[in-house]
Amino acid sequence: MLSYVLFSLLLLSIAGYYIGRTRSIKLVSGDEHKLHSRAGYHGAFIAAWIGVPTLILVLLWLMFQGTVVDQLLLASLPADKTANLSPSQIDLLISQIKSHAGGITFGEIDAVVEEAAARYTTWQAIAKWAMFAAALSLGIIGLTAARSRISPEFRARHGVERILTGFMIFCSTVAILTTLGIVLSLLFEAARFFAIIPVTDFLFGLNWEPQIALRADQGISQGAFGMIPVFAGTLLIAFIAMAVAVPIGLLSAVYLTEYAGKRFRAVVKPILEILAGVPTVVYGFFAILVVAPALREWAAMVGIEMAPNSALAAGFVMGIMIIPFVSSLSDDAINAVPGAMRDGSYAMGATKGETITKVLLPAALPGIAGGILLAISRAIGETMIVVMAAGIIAKLTANPLEPVTTVTVQIVTLLIGDSEFDNPKTLAAFALGLVLFFVTLMLNIIALRIVQKYREQYD
Amino acid sequence: MTDITAASDKLHNWASKENTNRVRARYAADRRLQIYGIAAISFAILVLAILVGSLIASGASAFFQSKATLTFFLDPNAIDKNDISNANFRKIVNDTFSKLFPDVTAPKQKSDLQKILSTEVRFTLRDYVVANPDKIGQSVTLTVPLSDPFDQLYKGVVPPRLNALSDQEKARFENRLKNRGLIDVVDGRSFAKINVYIDPAKVVPEDIAAGGFQAILLEGIDALFPNQRVAGIYAIFDDAAAEAIKQHVMANPGVIGQTVENLLVPVSPFYDTLNKGQNPQIPNPRIGGENEIKWFEQLKGLNVLSSPFSTELFLNSNSRFPEQAGLSGAIVGSFYALMVCFLISFPTGIAAAVYLEEFAPKNRWTDLIEVNINNLAAVPSIVFGLLGLAVFLNLFGLPRSAPLVGGMVLSLLTLPTIIIATRAALKSVPPSIRQAALGIGASKHQVVMHHVLPLAMPGILTGTIIGMAHALGETAPLLLIGMNAFITSAPGDILEAATALPAQIYSWSDSPERGFVARTSAAILILLGFLVFMNGIAIFLRQKFERKW
Repeated sequence: MLSYVLFSLLLLSIAGYYIGRTRSIKLVSGDEHKLHSRAGYHGAFIAAWIGVPTLILVLLWLMFQGTVVDQLLLASLPADKTANLSPSQIDLLISQIKSHAGGITFGEIDAVVEEAAARYTTWQAIAKWAMFAAALSLGIIGLTAARSRISPEFRARHGVERILTGFMIFCSTVAILTTLGIVLSLLFEAARFFAIIPVTDFLFGLNWEPQIALRADQGISQGAFGMIPVFAGTLLIAFIAMAVAVPIGLLSAVYLTEYAGKRFRAVVKPILEILAGVPTVVYGFFAILVVAPALREWAAMVGIEMAPNSALAAGFVMGIMIIPFVSSLSDDAINAVPGAMRDGSYAMGATKGETITKVLLPAALPGIAGGILLAISRAIGETMIVVMAAGIIAKLTANPLEPVTTVTVQIVTLLIGDSEFDNPKTLAAFALGLVLFFVTLMLNIIALRIVQKYREQYD
Repeated sequence: MTDITAASDKLHNWASKENTNRVRARYAADRRLQIYGIAAISFAILVLAILVGSLIASGASAFFQSKATLTFFLDPNAIDKNDISNANFRKIVNDTFSKLFPDVTAPKQKSDLQKILSTEVRFTLRDYVVANPDKIGQSVTLTVPLSDPFDQLYKGVVPPRLNALSDQEKARFENRLKNRGLIDVVDGRSFAKINVYIDPAKVVPEDIAAGGFQAILLEGIDALFPNQRVAGIYAIFDDAAAEAIKQHVMANPGVIGQTVENLLVPVSPFYDTLNKGQNPQIPNPRIGGENEIKWFEQLKGLNVLSSPFSTELFLNSNSRFPEQAGLSGAIVGSFYALMVCFLISFPTGIAAAVYLEEFAPKNRWTDLIEVNINNLAAVPSIVFGLLGLAVFLNLFGLPRSAPLVGGMVLSLLTLPTIIIATRAALKSVPPSIRQAALGIGASKHQVVMHHVLPLAMPGILTGTIIGMAHALGETAPLLLIGMNAFITSAPGDILEAATALPAQIYSWSDSPERGFVARTSAAILILLGFLVFMNGIAIFLRQKFERKW
């Protein structure tokens, strides 16, 4: 249905374009030079007047249709049916009606639900056609209004350009809206979480057991929501990842910038970049298919017990993923060191190695540090590798051979397959998301500051 | 002045041994650094090679599917022409298959036999008959898939039999017993010579049969290895060995309280086989027992098996059975999500970038937008998933698991990439183009639309394709909006529940069946294929159309 509506609106807009074009040409009896704006602009003006308002209408309609129909449905139910129900029971009733209307029936259906389902079906149909009719009539109104303005003196180009500018401004605010949406939704859901679990318990608690009893009489009536072990696990894995990525990334950057020939560089650099382009779900599978069993076998050879989902395996694979990141950022930092410093060092008789370790790296250190901070922020926010290769149970340990869990793993496990938004278990995921967002944001801001400051120093 | 003369007094001796050594050491340090660099690069490339290699090694077999070509007789008495779907196709399949094995009659064995074929063969047959109702009463020949374990067996991924003894166990037997001359073969059966002390505390002459011969045996084994007990040795003997001691004592009750030297006790059957120079084996538990192996060999002998290229992998949707599970649902879902993502992020990204680069005044508001875009590019992808869950699903009430929502979340994720790439492409168009166009009277919008954008388009498209490739591989946000659901048909439109390629990889990697390991690797190879293709287009565009000014 929606696609038909959109398609007919598109057709109407195209028709509007041709109407505008032909009309403007007709008004000057074919002599286009007499028009202020070229004929195409007149057409585009009408098309925009049809397309933009109708599109907004359809989007708004889609956004609110569900809520409005639900409210109508609820109001239409007999009062004695809904009087003593809690909000979640009402939701259940509504979804029962909807699924019955969709042809799926669970258990016994009473007459009220039966009738309501019939009403729901009718209203859905009415809403669809009403949307179609409303959009179409709005389009036609737009068409006639815009068409009446067309005259040889009419500045259609200015109108079109104004609409375009408006569209561009709107698009550039999408980034702001996204950030706002992230912050607000995280804050809102986290606030609901903190209304149940005190903030201090969450920030400083040493226990993370987000099980919630399904019934009141079950043993664990309320889980423990202390994020310290989860965060410690995240840091442990990030640390292992950096222990792999920083030396390898830095050394390969040093080699590629200072020692390698042009052709070697042209071949090897893209190969390293491939590591960054491999989807993380692939790394996760690689971790469980190859890396974790191999590490376990090696550990067993020297007589060490190692968990199959150890922090080491996840951290190692994550480190591999981050190598190109560290390498290219270090590359930039080393390249940004002014040539004069390098030449000066060579002039003093230093070898290439001495120039690198004693001049270039110290000079590039702020840039490299910024790059490493960015890499850490990426490691903390990385999800799929740890979801697949790390543990689920939160454990406060610094032993890389044991399984630990991370913030992202917890968010995924808490939210997968669960759409109820009224228990602390699901809301906890948003609180963790809030922490994750702010930590990565801070790391990024600090890193960008460092990098910028350092660039200014040499510019 | 004095300083200089003082210094020149002890002129540095460049030729001294000390100096040469130092120079050599300095150059050695230089070379070391170089070697570290090469080692780091080789390590990274090696890991990449292992990654791809292991995926190909484990995924290659999933591109082929073992099948049996069987002739089914569509009995008109068993299939009601007017109600084909409800006929007992399971029975038809079972009977057809059982006919190949006339000597299998026991009901238990007959039902074990059916495990060789995929469980879904009956649905394949049903769909065939529904599509061709005129074939009822005739015999039809169909090629149907084998079940996962036998598929793996036919392709040689898993062996029919496993070694019963590990290398360690074999070595232990050789070193500890055989090489010490303790093993003898009597009447084709292997025996070990051990000294056992028949402890009167464990065996009383009145009731020898009730004696603790197991304990006596263990002590006797321990005595073979003074001060170096190896628990694994005990496994070499079984109850027959204790029984042999019992028989010996019953035959000679006088030995109670004495040590019987060089008593021959039998070793367990696996070690008996090993001692005769053969490798003891057991049937692979994945496949079943010896019967299944025998049947499978029989089936191979009938020349009905083949393993053609698996079209199921591409044409089927998800299934609980690895031999029937395919990627079509995931590929279609990913396609829809990417399409939505492209339709939203491409125009939005270009418009935002054009505004910021060409029109926006430099003020606080535009600075804020710029900082925002840069920060968004670094926000973890899972946070976008949380946004999608809270806003698109909960607030707007859009359907869960729909490619529309997936595409919207992915578009927010790729938007910063596209904006940044577009701005770079716009920046690279030289100002002289703009000035020339303005100079002949074009409006600012016309300059951008007619000249700057077309010139920047290759760069923009390259950036967009790279962003799309990134979005195709993105998994975490899709999990949060439910696109990892188990769905057995490809979505018909962008509002139907669907899954996506990377989410499918994730859910397959979680499945316990052996066949899903190969399927997961194959799905990854296909995903990587798409990514290579997209990046290839991007590189082609860049090299073919991008201009250097």
